Amino acid sequence: MLKVVEIKNLTVKYPDVKALDDVSFTVNQGDFLGIIGPNGAGKSTLFASMLGLHTKYKGTIKFFDEDIKKSKNYLKELGYVPQKPIFEKNFPVTVTDVVRMGLRKESDENKIDEILQQLWIHELRNRRIGELSGGQQQRVFIAKALVNNPKILILDEPVTGIDQQSIDLFFSILRELNSKQKITIIWSSHDLDAVNKLANHVACLNRTLFFHGETEKFFSDDKLVKQYSEASMQEHMHHH
Amino acid sequence: MSFEILTFSFMHRALISGIAIAILCSIVGLFLVLRRYSLFGDAIAHSSFGGIALGLLAGVYPLWAAYGVSIASALIITKVKDRYNISGDASIAVLLSSGIAVGLVIIGLSGGFTIDIFSFLFGSILLVSVDDTVLILGLTGAILIVILLLYRQLLYSTFNEEQAKVSGIPVEKINYLIVFMAGITVVTSIQLVGVLLISALFVIPNVTAIMYGKGFKQTAIISMSLSIFSVIVGILVSYILDITPAGTIVLISIGLLAGTMGIKSAGLLSKN
Repeated sequence: MLKVVEIKNLTVKYPDVKALDDVSFTVNQGDFLGIIGPNGAGKSTLFASMLGLHTKYKGTIKFFDEDIKKSKNYLKELGYVPQKPIFEKNFPVTVTDVVRMGLRKESDENKIDEILQQLWIHELRNRRIGELSGGQQQRVFIAKALVNNPKILILDEPVTGIDQQSIDLFFSILRELNSKQKITIIWSSHDLDAVNKLANHVACLNRTLFFHGETEKFFSDDKLVKQYSEASMQEHMHHH
Repeated sequence: MSFEILTFSFMHRALISGIAIAILCSIVGLFLVLRRYSLFGDAIAHSSFGGIALGLLAGVYPLWAAYGVSIASALIITKVKDRYNISGDASIAVLLSSGIAVGLVIIGLSGGFTIDIFSFLFGSILLVSVDDTVLILGLTGAILIVILLLYRQLLYSTFNEEQAKVSGIPVEKINYLIVFMAGITVVTSIQLVGVLLISALFVIPNVTAIMYGKGFKQTAIISMSLSIFSVIVGILVSYILDITPAGTIVLISIGLLAGTMGIKSAGLLSKN
């Protein structure tokens, strides 16, 4: 099986805390990996490192067998959907404008219409992005991530603050992208049930990686699930 | 009052230069406004005041000195801001006051204010020469070409820096490019409205246009149209009434903004 991502001994230290401690795992082509972990578990740091936004780490990150410190070519094969896309509310761009930003070759303009139709937002194409609901905006950002036909899609907790109907639609879109279009998906989430339903692999992160493997194995091991729940519960209590 | 004023060649030069500057300021200003960097134009303009004074003292054509000083100080302040983590508004304040301070000291050394300084402070569009007009048209054309070629990179890194980086856009270089273009635009525009009113041309038409436009291109075109309208009407009205062109142009564009706000609160414009 083709290795798409290979992470070895990844350690990230911030001045007051170790955000990631010796994390290693691989992602194969066609995997749908759900990364779970409580708040502050290092999910965002992991993603920032993988995306080349955070470069002060120890260890290696390889995409398609190439160290990302040596080559940025992998970014061309990658679509990224941020947790909450930050932009000025009245930023004057339409849905089409936003998706076009993701487009590397201007000659592929008709790809935009295609992808908008696929994600059920074609009728919104001339609306300003700030006028749309959270769920609609999220689909626009998925469209932007997909418009270059990426091999990998990375999504950072993408259902925060979105209504249930949009979440369901979003999940069915992800399932289709993974099963029909064979896109490798790496997705961080709080939602254990959703991960159980969608992902075929799970990585359980709490600064260290305490599980990585097939979804069934994780959820059939009561001890692991309990351990995870306790960790998130502690975190939850901590926040209150 | 007749159309006689439209036959004067100084009026032709003023209108042609004014229209070019209107286009230039509104498109470069749109990127600055959307980056929450509205006052950056003002800061560069104030630093160009130092450059103008330096030019007058050294006997160099003041605008050339202003180009050098403004672009250099804009790039330096951007570098310093990133390096020492200074906030955008504070860095603008530093740039703005240092330009004026340098200018004042140099003017003092060279024996006090002269009439030249006033024309740079408040603009002198009716006095632009043929050479000035050619330079303004050339620079406007060059910057428009750069913007058209790098349209996606400029817009994307303005919209969301982090995502633009992940898409492989050299965000830092693009940031410097915007600062560089802003430096050129400001000094080029000094002749139209002067150092003190530059930020009006950068900001006001764009604030108005954002209320109308849906997409980016539409907003940019609306902004340019509003700006061109203000400049043409401003130059003509100020000549007829014998008042200052710079102030008139800016008041007209404020009028357009106020009118738009009125239309919007009356509910005639969709809420964005």
